This record gives sequence, structure tokens and C-alpha cells, in this order.
Amino acid sequence: MEFNPMNFVDNLRYMGLGMLGIFAVMAVIIIVTVILDRLTSGRRGSRTDTDDE
Amino acid sequence: MEILYENLLGITWQMVVMWAIGGILIYLAIAKDMEPTLLLPIGFGAILVNLPMSGALEPLQTLFDAGIANELFPLILFIGIGAMCDFSPLLSNPKLMLFGAAAQFGIFFTLCMASMFFDINDAASIAIIGAADGPTSIVVAQKLGSKYLGAIMVAAYSYMSLVPIIQPPVIKLLTTKKERMIRMPYVEHEVSKTTKIMFPIVITVIAGLIAPDSVALVGFLMFGNLIRECGVLGSLSNTAQNVLANLVTLFLGITIALRMQAAEFLTTNTLLIIGLGLIAFIVDTAGGVIFAKIMNLFLRDGHKINPMIGAAGISAFPMSGRVVHKMALKEDPSNFILMQAMGVNASGQIASVIAGGLILGFFLG
Repeated sequence: MEFNPMNFVDNLRYMGLGMLGIFAVMAVIIIVTVILDRLTSGRRGSRTDTDDE
Repeated sequence: MEILYENLLGITWQMVVMWAIGGILIYLAIAKDMEPTLLLPIGFGAILVNLPMSGALEPLQTLFDAGIANELFPLILFIGIGAMCDFSPLLSNPKLMLFGAAAQFGIFFTLCMASMFFDINDAASIAIIGAADGPTSIVVAQKLGSKYLGAIMVAAYSYMSLVPIIQPPVIKLLTTKKERMIRMPYVEHEVSKTTKIMFPIVITVIAGLIAPDSVALVGFLMFGNLIRECGVLGSLSNTAQNVLANLVTLFLGITIALRMQAAEFLTTNTLLIIGLGLIAFIVDTAGGVIFAKIMNLFLRDGHKINPMIGAAGISAFPMSGRVVHKMALKEDPSNFILMQAMGVNASGQIASVIAGGLILGFFLG
């Protein structure tokens, strides 16, 4: 085992890319979830209306 | 008689140390109730594989080749975990997913730390201890060909069971009493059944398109969740949550012990891996809490977030969510943040799997 402190600095780009990547994926999931919920909430509402009739 | 004598002479001090380690793991599992489903089989297996001329090595190798070398056991286990996960609190407040992302910071920080001592594939495998998720750790370490699978698994499962001890001091260090007492009224928002059914399918597709290396993990997790939410496979859902998960866990622990033979386990590297794993958990917790504090800078009074819920993004589902909830109750017995904490905790489960996929994407040649 060797100790190479410079590797910490060299691999910081993976830290940046990794965190950027994970926030990007989660952001897409949030947006899609919100859209999905809006769409299906609308359906639920219209179904209730029909039921009321 | 001669055979017995030869076997006794075959005992080395390293084997005795491994028996002691196995004994400690069994003790922690039984007496302290620390992840007993995994630590007990791992502890017993550690003794089993460190007997002189152990005849258990061959069958365990067969199990290893059949279930871990090809990542089958962890993936099947993920079906069970997916069936156990209730994403409703998360779906009713999707913003909580950001905390799941922030609390993966420990993985990438530990990657940089570990790279100072290990080659990059081993460093990445060690870093994924911070996913606080056993199956993800196994898949990543195995795919990247790490020779430290045994140490990584022991560290991952030990720290997952130590979440109630590791997280509170870190959270307290980074928050004021006033922050820990912030109330977050839970507005119940009914999530439609269609959303619950579509969610696992959509997540799988998104993960597959953006981070293809995570799709096996995400896909199996979400398949389990789809079985749970579809409403027509109650029996399969119960089987996945109980029988299937238990059966795989039974073989998983004892099979991983194959990588705990004294010659490869008793090294300074193992100690280093255990230390780095602890760093990963601490930095994960700090990442979630600090992200919540940063968000609070931009939120109006009355809409601020209790920064403790950020810590639940570490995954370790559902223990971390409960730890945060208990801490909030301790500060103010009438402050209930369980639903928010569990939502963040569930998002941590998804985020940790995606982090595993990203790590594989970076380093899988």
C-alpha cells in the first residue's frame, strides 16, 4: 500500500461529477413525479365527479 | 488420532483472531441486536472458514460463484427491499428527494480519501460503504473486482447497525437546539394509486436512460416496489418481503464470510477500510444536514426545514428516519417529523443505488 496524497486532489473531479450527476438524476425524478401526480390527481378528480353523478 | 494432531497443529494465531472476530460479530448480533440477520451468519461463517483445512470452503465457494460473483443474491434481495419500501411520504412531497442526493456526499468524499491509499477500483468499492446499503456495496465491489469484499461488507453492515450511535453526535455538532426544534407541519397529500404504480416504472426508465449501470439495482428495487403497489400481487409481495428476503439473507451472510479468511482479512488494509467506512457515514450525515441548512437560508420563516431530516438521506432504511424522528421528539416532545424523515430516508434508498450506478459508470472498464 502506498500513500499518495495527490490522488485526493486528482479525484476531486469524480466528487464533482458524482454529486452533479446524482442531483441531476434526482431533479429529473422530482419533475417527473410532480407531473405524474398532477396528471393522475386530475383523473382522480374527474372520476369523483362521475361517481357523484 | 494423527489427523486430529495434524489439525490441531494447523491452528494459527491468525485463525484464533478470526474466531474472536466471528465471536464478537455473533455477540453483537444476539446481545446488542445489531443487524442480526447479517452479522450472525457473517460471524459464524468467519469461524467456519478459519478452521484448519476447512471443508466448508468448497461449498461456500460454490455458493459464492452462484450468488455473489454474478451479483444474483444482492439483486434478488433488492426485490424484497423494494417490496418493503413505502414511497408514499416521498411521493406526497417529492422535494425531499434532494436530501437523499445530498446525503450521498460521503461516498464521493471517501472515494477521494480512499484513493490516497488504494487503487481507484478498490477506493470506489470502499467509498460505496457510504451508500449504507449492503446489496449496493456487494454489487459495486464485485463488479469492480475489489479484493476487499469481506472487509467492505463487515464495515457496511456494522455501521448500518450503528446508525443510532454514529448519526446523533454529528447532527448535534452541526445544528443548534433552535434548528433541531423547527417544526415542519405535515400536510397530508393523498397520492393516487396510479402514481404509486407508475413511480417504480418511471424511475427504472429514468435510471436506465441517465445512469445505465444503475439499472440492474434500480430495476430490481423498483420491481419489488411495483409488486407491492400494484394491488393484485399481495401474496407475491408478502413472499418478497419475508420469505425471499430471509432466504437470500441467510445465504448472503455466510457466503460473504468466504472472503474473511485470515490471510486476506487480517491486514492493516482491513482496519483502514473500517476507518474509511466510518468517515463515509459521518460525511454522508453531515452532507444531508448542511444541505438542509443551506436551503433554509433561502426559505421564509414558517417554511424552514428541520435540518435533522437531511441526515436521514443516508439510506439505512428505515433506521435513519427513526433516529431523526426520535431526536426531534427528544428536543420537543410535540414535534413530529417522522413522515418527512421517512420520506427523506426512502429517497436515500433510491439515491444510494443511483450513486452506485454512477460509480460503476465512472470506473467499470
